[in-house]
Amino acid sequence: MNENGHSYQLTIALAGNPNAGKTTLFNSLTGLKQKVANYPGVTVERKEGPWAVIGHTANLVDLPGLYSLDATSLDEQIARDIITGVQAGLKKPDAIVAVVDATNLERNLYLVMQLFEFGVPVVIALTMIDVFEKQKHEIDVEMLSVLLKTPVVAVNAKTGRGTEELAAKITEVINTTPGVPYVFEETDEEAGPHGKIFSRYNFISSVVQESVWHSDHAKHRLSDKIDRILTHRIFGLLILVGILLLVFQTIFSWASLPMDLLDQGFGSLADVVRAQMAPGMLTDLIADGIIAGVGGVVVFLPQILLLFLFISLLEDSGYMARAAFLLDKLMSRVGLHGKAFLPLISSFACAIPGIMATRTIESRRDRFATIMIAPFMSCSARLPVYTLMIATFFAGQTVLGFFSLGAVLMLAMYALGIAVAIAVAAVLKRTILKSPPPPFLMELPPYRLPNLRTVFQNMLTRALVFLKRAGTIILAISIILWALMYFPRGAEVASPVTADQSETAAVLGDEGGGPGDELLPESEQLKNSYAGMLGHAIEPVIEPLGFDWKIGVALIASFAAREVLVSTLSIIYNVGKDENEESETLISAVRNAKRDDGRPAWTPLTALTLMVFFVLAMQCISTIAIVRRETNSWSWPLFMLVYMTGLAYIASLITYQAGRFLGFS
Amino acid sequence: MTLSNLPVGSDARVTAVNGTGPIMRRLMEMGVIPGVGVQVVKTAPFGDPIEVRVRGYSLAMRRSEADAIEVKI
Repeated sequence: MNENGHSYQLTIALAGNPNAGKTTLFNSLTGLKQKVANYPGVTVERKEGPWAVIGHTANLVDLPGLYSLDATSLDEQIARDIITGVQAGLKKPDAIVAVVDATNLERNLYLVMQLFEFGVPVVIALTMIDVFEKQKHEIDVEMLSVLLKTPVVAVNAKTGRGTEELAAKITEVINTTPGVPYVFEETDEEAGPHGKIFSRYNFISSVVQESVWHSDHAKHRLSDKIDRILTHRIFGLLILVGILLLVFQTIFSWASLPMDLLDQGFGSLADVVRAQMAPGMLTDLIADGIIAGVGGVVVFLPQILLLFLFISLLEDSGYMARAAFLLDKLMSRVGLHGKAFLPLISSFACAIPGIMATRTIESRRDRFATIMIAPFMSCSARLPVYTLMIATFFAGQTVLGFFSLGAVLMLAMYALGIAVAIAVAAVLKRTILKSPPPPFLMELPPYRLPNLRTVFQNMLTRALVFLKRAGTIILAISIILWALMYFPRGAEVASPVTADQSETAAVLGDEGGGPGDELLPESEQLKNSYAGMLGHAIEPVIEPLGFDWKIGVALIASFAAREVLVSTLSIIYNVGKDENEESETLISAVRNAKRDDGRPAWTPLTALTLMVFFVLAMQCISTIAIVRRETNSWSWPLFMLVYMTGLAYIASLITYQAGRFLGFS
Repeated sequence: MTLSNLPVGSDARVTAVNGTGPIMRRLMEMGVIPGVGVQVVKTAPFGDPIEVRVRGYSLAMRRSEADAIEVKI
């Protein structure tokens, strides 16, 4: 029994180099029934699925893509543990399917040589043979099999060619006692400490020489021609910028249509519930807690699906490696990998898909450094906050008589996020994520048409992983935040709060900030809720930033999502929760809001300070949830929460106090 | 001469892979061992990394890595 509850008679491992067609073969053998999880305690993904071999259903375990099994990386260590049967929760494999790319035979066979050493029967699945033959090369599959003393099956995952034969060969090698094909001993010849590598490659060269005939046209590969443009020093960069803009435009702007529809859909659903059910706590919990919470999770799906559509296309076509090749010099200056670029660009739309996209970075330290700085990219959820602040305090003003002050401030907020991200990356790479200059040994695979099934499956897997892993956390915290603002209920509260309530009401009476003098019940409720009390409790801490307790309540509420700041301010300033960031009522309510002592609650300096706070603070439970999922630990998201909030506090403190020192109020 | 100052387009043969450590080991495991033919295909727009053709495939590496590979034209 494995942990999925199935009882498999056989366990078969699927091993191969990256880009060898392993994922495509895995998908074609297992179909849609695959399970994706993490190996315990690490971020290496564990993929399994049922494969019907003759007379059995085998559990096919997809090993991470490997160049070698010498256990220098985490992926290699885990692959080794699986093959030797010491990985918890997995049986020692009965056989290994080694995926070998015919167009890149020598290097692919190197891993096979290592697989031989474990004494587990191996069957070689030879992929890309159609491409190889199209290039006018010839390969003698039978000869290869004889020389390697191992069954070799030519497969094509797209047409299904060879999959039945593969299953037959697997049954065959399991039922016969296999002879160990070749084992190389560590020799102490002049080859030095790497003697084994030499012996393996020498053997491979002789095998390839006898089984493969190369044509003379090998030099004029199609990929080289494409690369002449795509990695050209000018056109290559222009095309890259174009592609990044397209990706950004898609998730920033085109994804908003389905997102708005989902948003409205869940809004209407909540209205239906409210209309159908008797008013009361249960109705409020379902409508405002659960439905809104689920909506808050599902709303990310369009962005995630679209971003992973692009990532799958870019990865499978071979372009992603070129993008990293083009940008590595720039990114390595800040200690990041060339592949960090796309996740960071995506984070300008939303850090959730951006952080999920860091999966393409192999090195754990490089990947974590990218995850840690991704939320500094000003995401679309910050825009309503910036817009409200600018519309309220900086509208219609110009800089140097020409530039709109609002646009300049907006740009400054984006720039601040980028600058802090670069600085933090540099610090992280020199401290807790210190590593030798990240190696950049990267294969530039031949360009290939992406396999649509693989692309589709990848999108689906990412969406499901997000819903299952991050969605549950987001939903739980949304409900907790809802409860904080919902309880205690006004009518049922005990006397101490009632006293506080009348006090607040009295203060509000002087305020005259809202459109009507009558207090809306929503506003009243929020002020007396636990969130309201928390706002009061943190007031001494946020006072040096120029924030009063009402802004504190809005800060707490905006942990659910940054844009919630706008609706919370609408509630607390008594203008109804449906006002948006461009609403005149809300703008004037913010402008006229008074503190408890009668001073204005907001000044242009407070607004600027709040914007700076929002650039840097980790005000997003969904990001915390996805970092938890992607780092497979709670310590990274908590570290992120603490350091980002700390940075935001210090930067806001400097902004506010320096502003006051310079004479702004 | 080392692989990092091999002119783009010219063929050469690896004579030695210097240094120890996981990066050098990985280089050799990917097929860059003494005796193998190599060619620098191109340099990235900002001068680094470089694209090297070895054993029929393309391998990108930084100049710092290519510095450790000695070649003979």
